[in-house]
Amino acid sequence: MKRVSNRIFMGLVFLFLYAPIIILIIFSFNAGNSNTIWKGFSLQWYRELFNSRIIMNSVYTTLLVSLLSTVISTIAGTFAAVGFYNLRRRVREPLMTVSNIPMMNADIVTAVSLCLLFVAFFNGWESFANWFNEVQTVFYLTPKIYLGFGTLLIAHTTFNIPHVILSVMPKLRQMDRNLVDAAQDLGCTWFQAFIKVVVPEIKPGIVSGALIAFTMSVDDFVISYFTAGTTSSTLAMTIYSMTKKRVTPSINAVSTLLFVTVLVLLVTINIREERHARAQERRLNA
Amino acid sequence: MSKELIRLVNCSMAFDDELVLDNINLYINDSEFLTLLGPSGCGKTTTLRIIGGFTTPTAGEVLFDGVRINDVPPHLRQVNTVFQRYALFPHLNVFENVAFGLRIPKAEEGGDAEGKKKKKVKIPEREIKERVMEMLEVVSLKGFEHRHITELSGGQQQRVAIARALVNRPKVLLLDEPLGALDLRLRKDMQNELKRIQQQMGITFIYVTHDQEEALAMSDTIVVMDQGKIQQIGRPEDIYNEPKNAFVADFIGESNILDGIMHEDYVVEFFNRKFKCLDKGFAPMAPVDVVIRPEDIDIVPEAEGQLKGTVTSVTFKGVHYDTIVDFKGFKWLIQTTDFHPVGETIGIILNPDDIHIMHKSQYSGMFGDYSSYSEEYDEMDDVTLLDEEDEDEEDERHEE
Repeated sequence: MKRVSNRIFMGLVFLFLYAPIIILIIFSFNAGNSNTIWKGFSLQWYRELFNSRIIMNSVYTTLLVSLLSTVISTIAGTFAAVGFYNLRRRVREPLMTVSNIPMMNADIVTAVSLCLLFVAFFNGWESFANWFNEVQTVFYLTPKIYLGFGTLLIAHTTFNIPHVILSVMPKLRQMDRNLVDAAQDLGCTWFQAFIKVVVPEIKPGIVSGALIAFTMSVDDFVISYFTAGTTSSTLAMTIYSMTKKRVTPSINAVSTLLFVTVLVLLVTINIREERHARAQERRLNA
Repeated sequence: MSKELIRLVNCSMAFDDELVLDNINLYINDSEFLTLLGPSGCGKTTTLRIIGGFTTPTAGEVLFDGVRINDVPPHLRQVNTVFQRYALFPHLNVFENVAFGLRIPKAEEGGDAEGKKKKKVKIPEREIKERVMEMLEVVSLKGFEHRHITELSGGQQQRVAIARALVNRPKVLLLDEPLGALDLRLRKDMQNELKRIQQQMGITFIYVTHDQEEALAMSDTIVVMDQGKIQQIGRPEDIYNEPKNAFVADFIGESNILDGIMHEDYVVEFFNRKFKCLDKGFAPMAPVDVVIRPEDIDIVPEAEGQLKGTVTSVTFKGVHYDTIVDFKGFKWLIQTTDFHPVGETIGIILNPDDIHIMHKSQYSGMFGDYSSYSEEYDEMDDVTLLDEEDEDEEDERHEE
């Protein structure tokens, strides 16, 4: 009896969790114009999607900003982690906490503060450029710069770096401290030792970090909304602006694609971690 | 005969305010097997790291073949290291681990230290293969070249670590407690193996250990260290038979250490009795430490003994009995093949060559009394020693 009621309860929980997404996915394949009445299977909304210049542009922006910020933050985060790792414990622990705060922080706070920072910088730049253009005529600096792809990329890189650090750090700690010494002993400079020995050792952490960073980037709305300005728009922002007019099933189609992308990434990350945990266990048992 | 290869001149090392090495002076000859022996935190690993180039001494000079190498980074030194817990590269197989050093292009040999502009030479693949296979044969690991590191036993990993260091043909091999993680049997085998390899290759081994038996069995020269200072340097026999102070006497083997007074040359008094000995050159009536090794003491019937005592505990050790005997409240350890039950009163005779006299030192009175003798204590000591060492190391790295 108890087991049956437990199962029903579980089913209800999952129903509440996933019902909205399931409905969204189902109606993205609806032939009609409605989000409530099923009129047969069709891919028309997907077709419409791929024909829409606005959506394809924002897909391009999203992929580009995600990829670039992933590459930059993975490199920066890995080196930051190595730096933290080499610090004394007394210094490292508080620094790690400080570096973790942005992950827990409300997105809206990060978003607004980044936006304010950019605007403040633009104002400073304007005065500098005006002064610079007055005192000389050889170079001309544009006094007016605006929020756009550049600021979007900086913002994404900023919130991605802590995720990379968090995922690389445990791998560094698992590594035998003598490995770097051993490599240097055998003729490597520090950098050679880093490339030949440290990177292969912490590679699982770097790859997971990159995957998480990419997922966070694709997924992000709030921070992008405040830092992308008017010239560029990510997929999440485009969906949001589409809902302001009239909710067409093409929104369902975009959202479905976004959901599937993030789902695939998350599943990949989990499978990788599971596999490495098992390999680690085997190594310990051997 | 053998020429000097490495010399440490007035080397000191401090982390923050803590002095880890205190004015070390040491020279190491070519083709010598030298052991740095001491308890954890005595500075032996730091000394090794200074020679390897992983640490720069805060004061003093390191000379290699007469040239100052304080600022030469590890990858430019003709020294290779076998690390504690081996530090093998887990992502490479046995062959690639051993070949690692050979695959790094090096500045042409014979070039001076500032050979930066020199053309880097790559060793051809065929030669790499030859040298690696040759070295795997030396360490008896032929046929293992494609194995993964994680598939090897501790002893085999140890051999890979040695091969990986030796394949670069260093002038000096540094070994940092290489046998610490192996079980007793394997450790004995590897001791012989290491000695054989050292003789076969004819290069200098500098070996760090806290295991005195290991040190006595393998070394040409032993350097006993404690609290960042060298306590004694000498051949194993000299260190054992003529320890310089109570610390050395206690750390190397077992010793009964008593307070004595040196009346004149060859005459020492302890327990209110004068004994003949072989030592001279002390000031008249100078207070001294007297060392008597437990295996040198002869037990005789009570009436014939120079001293009389009561047996308070007996432990069977296989070859001999560890017998604790109470002499007027001071307990001695006597190792004897004869069984004397607890409670028996026995006599002992000390011959002049059983007695060794040492000057008083800061260690006087700290060692050599078996009043609280217990085997469990000994074992517990070993365990805590190992644990502390790990933490020390971790800290040291962070300080750098």
